Amino acid sequence: MTRTMYEKIWDANLVHEPEAGSPLLFVDRHLMHEVTSPQAFEGLRLQNRKVRNVHSILGTIDHCVPTKDRFNIVDVIAKKQVETMTANCEENEINLYGMDSNQNGVIHIVVPEHGFVHPGMVVCCGDSHTATHGAFGALAFGIGTSEVEHVMATQTLQQKKAKTMLVKVEGKLPAFSTAKDIALAIIAKTGTAGGTGYVMEFAGNTITDLTMEGRMTLCNMAIEAGARAGLVAPDQVTFDYLEGKEFAPKGDHWPVAVEYWKSLRSDEGAEFDAVIELKAEDIAPQVSWGTSPEQVISVTGLVPSPSDFTNDVKSQACASALKYMALDAGQKITDIHIDVVFIGSCTNGRIEDFRAAAELLKGKKVADGVQAFAVPGSFPVKVQAEKEGLDKIFIDAGWEWRDPGCSMCLAMNGDELKDGQRSASTSNRNFEGRQGKGGRTHLVSPAMAAAASVAGHFVDIRDWK
Amino acid sequence: MQPYIKHTSIAALMDRSNVDTDQIIPKNFMKKVERTGFGINLFHNWRFLADNVTPNPEFELNKPAFQGAKILVAGENFGCGSSREHAPWAIADYGFNTIISTSFADIFFSNCFKNSILPIVVTDEQLAALMAEISGNEGVEFTVDLEAQKVTTPGGLSISFEVDAFRKESLLEGLDDIAWTLKHEKEISAYEVEHKKRLPWLWPSA
Repeated sequence: MTRTMYEKIWDANLVHEPEAGSPLLFVDRHLMHEVTSPQAFEGLRLQNRKVRNVHSILGTIDHCVPTKDRFNIVDVIAKKQVETMTANCEENEINLYGMDSNQNGVIHIVVPEHGFVHPGMVVCCGDSHTATHGAFGALAFGIGTSEVEHVMATQTLQQKKAKTMLVKVEGKLPAFSTAKDIALAIIAKTGTAGGTGYVMEFAGNTITDLTMEGRMTLCNMAIEAGARAGLVAPDQVTFDYLEGKEFAPKGDHWPVAVEYWKSLRSDEGAEFDAVIELKAEDIAPQVSWGTSPEQVISVTGLVPSPSDFTNDVKSQACASALKYMALDAGQKITDIHIDVVFIGSCTNGRIEDFRAAAELLKGKKVADGVQAFAVPGSFPVKVQAEKEGLDKIFIDAGWEWRDPGCSMCLAMNGDELKDGQRSASTSNRNFEGRQGKGGRTHLVSPAMAAAASVAGHFVDIRDWK
Repeated sequence: MQPYIKHTSIAALMDRSNVDTDQIIPKNFMKKVERTGFGINLFHNWRFLADNVTPNPEFELNKPAFQGAKILVAGENFGCGSSREHAPWAIADYGFNTIISTSFADIFFSNCFKNSILPIVVTDEQLAALMAEISGNEGVEFTVDLEAQKVTTPGGLSISFEVDAFRKESLLEGLDDIAWTLKHEKEISAYEVEHKKRLPWLWPSA
């Protein structure tokens, strides 16, 4: 019988399927950060339970970390959260890239840098953007804190089998369109609930042409389509990326592992519960205009009107988004002026993202009244960028070059929009207040963000000088 | 966990779709290391005016008729976005134990069951009927019977709903998930032995 990649991973990780009750799925890797774990450790302590497989866990501190003067956490509650994470990891001998580690950064950036996730694994974390690691052909998804506790105590999760959706993208991407634009175009097509109950497998030659970093950006946003997880079949690009990394299989194990990983791809003719197809040629640089990632349009488009939607719910959502975003129906996307530009996050905080932005910033200056800041996803990204001189390009253009952290993706660390401010942001969510109460977020790729910082408004980078 | 008991309670109406977890509990309230006390921050940015203290009179849950509600009736794709369990913690702490919608985001849906909250999925027509009954009679009380898998209303609606058998049992009895899983310790250990043989590079070398 033919099986999809999801089904193969499910079968390989199924511990037990009792007649009554829930199937138990084995968790190979458990990722952790300071915001969603303290209550789980507390739960273990209260029940006198132990962490079952310490080696399966890798932790970092990222959400509450200041990107300027990083050790000076002013918010006392945030400070306590950071201290609690450090203490919990010490007590349980968990591998933590903490505040003083030169490997510290955003969890979903740090984990791939160390080769901690491999194809075929089940990976979880108390964080919805765990979907990122689907780029390796691992089944990776976010869980709540009760489940974090469950995984620590049992190394398993009670799981129901998901449905499968094949998302096929074929063709050559237009110049300046990126994995981020593919992700946004897919969400525009499926809606934010279109993937609910599904695991998406991204396939087609546009996807296999992406670098590992591009695949990570794409899978990262599978959750914004409502999908439990996103997957890309492992191939030579994946193996080349992993080889030699700290936690990658070594010596005699390497060829055995690669052989296994190659067997994971969906069988020819395997059936999916749903299939959607996109043509890469149709994917221009995207800009979100509303308060949900599905409210997105190409840069050449106009802000839609509630009457453009035949569905009542979507029409009502459009009206409410226009009000919150202070936009007029019919307004050109390129006429939207911005106050703040943010490049960073687990979606677009990797070295290729900073290279793409720097390419557009060379010899340019940030527009008057625009504040722009770059937040590398990790210290290794920051160090690499500085080695390549990218920091100088950003700084010369009038950008701030900061230390790593989640920063203004969710604005827990003090980096935030003020009421009414508008941002061009490379992060993943444009929800009301996500980047600060009253803040208005437009999601874009790093190159689009860079160009907007110079022009002061969105521009079509394909014909921008 | 608290067992979920049949109840008749006020149903509050939230006629919005895609209510995301950033609205349910904004991130600035997620810095605590405890599970309790999030109810006062539920829907903070909608619930309070700019001074962060004065209740916003335009926000639906601030209506006097909805005070003390245990049932929340809301639009599609409720709970989308972040995996934060702080969202169901805040909902439960505020006093809700039931949410009725046409769809829920996956992670939020499963987080509810860990916190004695019953998320009920109904059809578009059923949701519209429930919403209409609340709009016409704010403060109306619905009855939710998990055992019978039924929501009934004074207006005469009687809606049957689906719920996974295991989750139903867990809610009704207030089961501890981890204790249930650990009953399968033998199977987990056996799996680990096989896993070590198959993927030895994932285990610390002895």
